[in-house]
Amino acid sequence: MARIGVFVCWCGSNIAGTVDVEKVREEAAKIPGVVSALDYKYMCSDPGQNSLRNIIKEKNLTGIVLAACSPHMHENTFRKAAAKEGLNPYFVEIANIREQVSWVHENKERATAKAVDLMKMMVEKVKRDKPIEDVRVPLNKKALVIGGGIAGIQAALDIANGGVEVILVEKEPSIGGKMIQLDETFPTLDCSSCIMTPKMVEANQHPNIKLYTYSEVEDISGYIGNFKIRIKKKARSVIEKDCTGCGECWNACPMHKNIKSEFNVNLSERTAIYVPFPQAVPLVPVLDRSVCLHFKKGGKCQKCYDACGPKCINFDLQDEIIEETVGAIVASTGYDLMDTSMYGEYGYGKYKDVVSGLQFERLLSASGPTEGVIKRPSDGKTPQTIVFVQCVGSRDPEKGVPYCSKVCCMYTAKHAKLFAHKVHGSQSYVFYIDIRSTSKGYEEFVRSTMEQDGAIYLRGRVSKIYEDDGKLIVKGADTLSGNQVEIAADMVVLATGVIPKQGSDKLAQMLGISYDKYGFFTESHPKLRPAESSTAGIFLAGMAQGPRDIPESVVSGSAAASKILGLFSKNEYEVEGTIANVNESTCVACFYCQRVCAYNAISKKEIKDRSGKLIKVVANVNPGLCTGCGACVNACFSKSIDVKGFMDDQIYAEIKALAI
Amino acid sequence: MKVSEKLHEAKSGDNSENLSAAGKLAYYPGCSLKGTSFEYEVSLLRILEALNIEVKEIPDWNCCGASAAHSINHNLAVALPARNLAIAENGGYESVLAPCAACSNRLKSADYELKTDEILKKKITDSIEMPYNSEMSINNMLEFLIGVVGKDKIKTLVKKPLSGLKVASYYGCLLVRPPKIMQFDDPENPVTMDELVAITGAEPVDYSFKTECCGAINSLSKPDVVMALTGNVLYDIKKHGADLVVVACPLCHSNLDVRQREIERKYDEKLGLPVLFITELLGLSFGIDPKDLAIDGHMVAADRVLKKIEELSK
Repeated sequence: MARIGVFVCWCGSNIAGTVDVEKVREEAAKIPGVVSALDYKYMCSDPGQNSLRNIIKEKNLTGIVLAACSPHMHENTFRKAAAKEGLNPYFVEIANIREQVSWVHENKERATAKAVDLMKMMVEKVKRDKPIEDVRVPLNKKALVIGGGIAGIQAALDIANGGVEVILVEKEPSIGGKMIQLDETFPTLDCSSCIMTPKMVEANQHPNIKLYTYSEVEDISGYIGNFKIRIKKKARSVIEKDCTGCGECWNACPMHKNIKSEFNVNLSERTAIYVPFPQAVPLVPVLDRSVCLHFKKGGKCQKCYDACGPKCINFDLQDEIIEETVGAIVASTGYDLMDTSMYGEYGYGKYKDVVSGLQFERLLSASGPTEGVIKRPSDGKTPQTIVFVQCVGSRDPEKGVPYCSKVCCMYTAKHAKLFAHKVHGSQSYVFYIDIRSTSKGYEEFVRSTMEQDGAIYLRGRVSKIYEDDGKLIVKGADTLSGNQVEIAADMVVLATGVIPKQGSDKLAQMLGISYDKYGFFTESHPKLRPAESSTAGIFLAGMAQGPRDIPESVVSGSAAASKILGLFSKNEYEVEGTIANVNESTCVACFYCQRVCAYNAISKKEIKDRSGKLIKVVANVNPGLCTGCGACVNACFSKSIDVKGFMDDQIYAEIKALAI
Repeated sequence: MKVSEKLHEAKSGDNSENLSAAGKLAYYPGCSLKGTSFEYEVSLLRILEALNIEVKEIPDWNCCGASAAHSINHNLAVALPARNLAIAENGGYESVLAPCAACSNRLKSADYELKTDEILKKKITDSIEMPYNSEMSINNMLEFLIGVVGKDKIKTLVKKPLSGLKVASYYGCLLVRPPKIMQFDDPENPVTMDELVAITGAEPVDYSFKTECCGAINSLSKPDVVMALTGNVLYDIKKHGADLVVVACPLCHSNLDVRQREIERKYDEKLGLPVLFITELLGLSFGIDPKDLAIDGHMVAADRVLKKIEELSK
């Protein structure tokens, strides 16, 4: 015989203001099987929980219903309290009379009637609850980090320093990401490579980190604690362990024209065998087979091989497939700059001296094509006047993207500042929509660019850029003075917006995590679970999640790492027991359930007799992947699947309670 | 298959013969081609003849509503072009050629609105007393030449390449804007006309004001504004070394051609830039007699350019 306790929470005046809580309690007491009904100001408080525990003990309750706030808030609290008194935690049901009643209704009488109905339904449900045990999944204590930019490196280092093995996979020949391409960083003007290279070296040398550069994750399957990974290590044509990084090979390469350097954003050339930049980690060149004469002209040229002392160049190396098993993953694939070809009026690509923000970084950088002297690409002269155009692509729903790229206001202020420092007597103009400088020291930084470095800020957009007598004429609006302005500039820098790294949507599909309409990975909860993806065991970091600056990327890398270390602090991962359950005796093996499952949680299971003869194939639910969504239950023709805690008889009883 | 799909399938392909043979190509001249820009119609029909393509004038066509209607009465602005389109569609045509940029702009805009607004469609089809289902492709001159006729076919007719001639293409505003509705070329840096110029063997001249405003209809009310704007365009073309200008819009033509002498006087600097329609330039490269193309109908005489062509072809 069921012995149910009902507890009605006032939530201060949150519930009691709109719902007659005493009436709900009185109605509860009338239901057969309810042996105790109580209302209290704050059930979640310590005294509230204590009274709940005492009544469980005194009345020897078999189930409890809380008419209170959403189960998202305190279901766990009450389940734990019940468990302490020896009750199976799944014998706790919540009737949500706050979010679904008091907060959304005004009429007290009708709100009370609804609250009573919801409470009655839960009483009928709890009467039919069966004990459920949480599922435990074993954990492979090894992590995979995809993307070796600052966020990925930070995540990898933190995890590795926590004593866990990490596999760091980077698509490019070197780790370092976009940050290593930057010159100095706002607002402190630290040299980016000076603070980045130590981290890169540390990641490379860390005993717990296995680094795969020039490699891509090809396939991922499995679930939290047990992801099977396939990594393609592209053929470098150089034997890494023998290479000393001396540089004889790339000095010998005859292909030193017409191959644009990706690292210098097309502002300089590289050879076919190359390291992207001098501080590359690992300092091992890559042979780009798509442009190498050896591969294009039938193997005749082998100048790099001849020049190589340790003879570590091997034209026959093949792509290698590496398989690993990990327990958790960090996706930190970073970003790309938007293509600005839709802004024909700005002439990017047509006029050599219209450059992107990242190209200007390379022109500022001591390791860049001009060795840190600002020279314009067209004729190598040092510009005296530069116009910076902000929000090129960002905040432009018509042509670009509606979101703010977040870093452009700050890097433009930095560019204008460094330009003033490097070219004395020069003048910069900045066209902006709004200045967004909200972190520590940012506003002061922008101010000083305006006040000390003399940058002229014009609030408005640029309508056209064209060439006239060797000058770039920038036509725009100064909306504060209401005038049309024309500036004759030597160079124009476009603050191009950021978009997710090309292919990040494909990776998301492979990982089974959700992403937004732009392709940025979506966090499990935008405020309370910002480091977690929608899939258990996969964490997010860096710009792959959305526009953010370096400190935020570092924080997110560390956050993902701490989540993984927390996960790995136990030997097993506990999954809620409310998952799908197959009745193997009635399953007809149609596998419609498999087709509708969004989490790949259903597989085929063979049932064999003692002699090993196959008797039957049935659906099998992987508890590590199942989220208990219930899609398979609806799809099942033979009614062979149930979700524990949401059985048919419980649902029918709830509906009946409502009808009576 | 609809014409629009065919267009999509083969941008440089040649679908014109089938369509023309089947009598599926409608022609909407609009007022300019019958009046101030008769040269445009003469040269257009002449090159279509050379290309062996037949277009049929929409019977009983009316004003497209340009310039005035859309600033006064929205319903009228849609109903006027809609009537022309409905006549063509109900006559079984699959494609409409509207050589005037303002006409094609109005026809396309009306078609777009009728396609996206069911309530408006009901209202308009009631008032024109004809059904209309937005099933035709509507083309401006350049779209027609590149998309329906096809570059390859045009190339085969170039008998007298204009090599050595430097030609600036001026697009103005209406051919490419608003981009969402026109769906044609890059609105800020269009290249279609330059491609056609290149086919004639002439050298396309790159300059900065391809899509800058010519001042349009302000020519009548505020000629000073027009002279300043058109002057900017013409002097920039001159500076980039062009021998002549080609256009695909009667109003652009009128401002660049008719106002040119006045601009020269006002700014005290010689221009001497003949302004031809793209159809006339194509006709010249086909070896058609300039007189048959009505090139003598312009205000700025093209004699020097014609002479240069003759010299270059020797």
